[in-house]
Amino acid sequence: MAPRQSFAGRWVPGEMALLFVLMATLPLWIGPVGLYQYLGIEIAIWMIYGLGYNLLLGYSGLPSFGHGAFFGIGAYAFGLFQLRVFESLWLGMVCAVVAAAVAGAFVACFLSHRRGIYFALLTIAFGQVFWFVSIKWHAVTGGEDGLLNIPRPALELGVISPALSTNADFFYFVLFVLAVVTVLLWRLVHSPFGKVLQAIRQNEERARFVGYNVWLFKWAAFTLSAAIAGLAGSLFSMAQQSAYPDVMSLHASGIIVMMTLIGGGFVSFWGPVIGVAVYFVARDVLGTLTETWLLWFGLVFVLAVIFKPEGIAGAWQEFTGAKGRHALARRAMAGLISAGRK
Amino acid sequence: MALFEARGIHKRFGRQVVLERIDLSFEAGRLSGIMGPNGAGKTTCFNVLTGRFKPDRGRVVFDGEDITGLSPSAIARKGIARSFQIMSLFDEYSALENIVIALPDVRARGFNMIDSLSADSEAADRAAAVLARVGLAGREHRRAGDLAYGERRALEVGVALAARPRLLFLDEPTSGLGTEATARLADLVQDLKRDHSIVVIEHDMQFLFGLADTISVIHWGQVVAAGTPDALRENKWVQRSTLGAPP
Repeated sequence: MAPRQSFAGRWVPGEMALLFVLMATLPLWIGPVGLYQYLGIEIAIWMIYGLGYNLLLGYSGLPSFGHGAFFGIGAYAFGLFQLRVFESLWLGMVCAVVAAAVAGAFVACFLSHRRGIYFALLTIAFGQVFWFVSIKWHAVTGGEDGLLNIPRPALELGVISPALSTNADFFYFVLFVLAVVTVLLWRLVHSPFGKVLQAIRQNEERARFVGYNVWLFKWAAFTLSAAIAGLAGSLFSMAQQSAYPDVMSLHASGIIVMMTLIGGGFVSFWGPVIGVAVYFVARDVLGTLTETWLLWFGLVFVLAVIFKPEGIAGAWQEFTGAKGRHALARRAMAGLISAGRK
Repeated sequence: MALFEARGIHKRFGRQVVLERIDLSFEAGRLSGIMGPNGAGKTTCFNVLTGRFKPDRGRVVFDGEDITGLSPSAIARKGIARSFQIMSLFDEYSALENIVIALPDVRARGFNMIDSLSADSEAADRAAAVLARVGLAGREHRRAGDLAYGERRALEVGVALAARPRLLFLDEPTSGLGTEATARLADLVQDLKRDHSIVVIEHDMQFLFGLADTISVIHWGQVVAAGTPDALRENKWVQRSTLGAPP
């Protein structure tokens, strides 16, 4: 076991404090470095999404290539709640999380006895089904246009209800949600549940013979990860004030995988956080230079998978001499491709 | 009544019959051995008894309860633990973490999502005691994947032992070990015998004859002989077999 940590260290370790400080001060420095406020909102939302996604990919070793579905379901559920029921921030978010969790729980019933490539293919299939439904079910989803003019409700805090209409205010709300999710996930991955998930990733069979109901753990991890994607989706529909099918496409689902891997989700809790930041900054910086920025980013991704599957976090650990899980990353990567083992 | 009984076990893969009418019974507090040549069906038999495969026919009874066809995890929770011939550890975890994750009370709070497991010093102490028992004191924080082969063998036994099993199955625990390491493992099993009911598969005759109270010989998927080591030494089949002369 790791050396005993202080109480504060167990809730908010140094890296997390750094993330919070960087993000909280973002409105002060993002303008001067040549970027813009809204980018901070996008980054924070996708960090939530990425952290939840890495619970599956990095910690449980379960490659979901259709996770956009749950992000999208969260976005639609939030939008529909505001448009069809009534305007409420908290209830809308609860509705989004529940909808994504229910969809995730349902899908997980078909996935949890699988792993490796079979798991991955099934997630793609389910992802495509949800994406298709979002395009075709005009009466509910608004078809290819999606839901438009979704209101961004005020922050109901009982006595006061400040508006979140400006991006500056909304950014701090998203940051608050990110902080809560980060702390809780940090606790989760170090809890018995998190440790069992990692044990299952390392050796599913042994976990079973030690007495763990592997199916149930995988099911729970998938459902939880889908719920977090739904939470991120609800924030996204607030940010965009719309919800549309694009975020559910295979392409969009691939991007969260790419972010998580480039950042180093296999070797570090912080992998998706790094990957998300790098992706969005690359999009905006490279995007001003060339329209084909995603081609170059994709090439970097290909090279990373071949030469550095530990991602940026892994390279950093190597640089600082911290002992990482490099062998694991390589094996996990090989596993994603070849895991037909039984 | 025996602690564990298998009655009339049949198992086939496709058209190949691997186990045919296997009857076995293991007494509490004893060390029971299963031996036989390679390919005799020993490991398949173990796999049926511990839930990896369901038998096509026959019943498996543990402590008076029918456990036929239960999942491996359900059987494990009943108090049956096993080690593996082909080593099966959590390679990225430290030796200590391998044991911690197998402790029954950690298993009982497997869905606890908030408390830090590494801060649980009680679990760590209990795991350290298990490691000490299998001779791995001082190796707590070494990653399982980085341990020497013999140490990994000991950890295999340790992970099974961590579950505080009422019945401990060891699948060829000496597989791949040299003479000296085999002797050390024999000492360990001898020590475990004092407070555990154990079933061991082996094809190392010397190892088994020195430790077992009773031995069942499996060949061609059937039990061809059973009895105490002394009785088996007299057994015509064992004397004629290709297993080598009993020690």
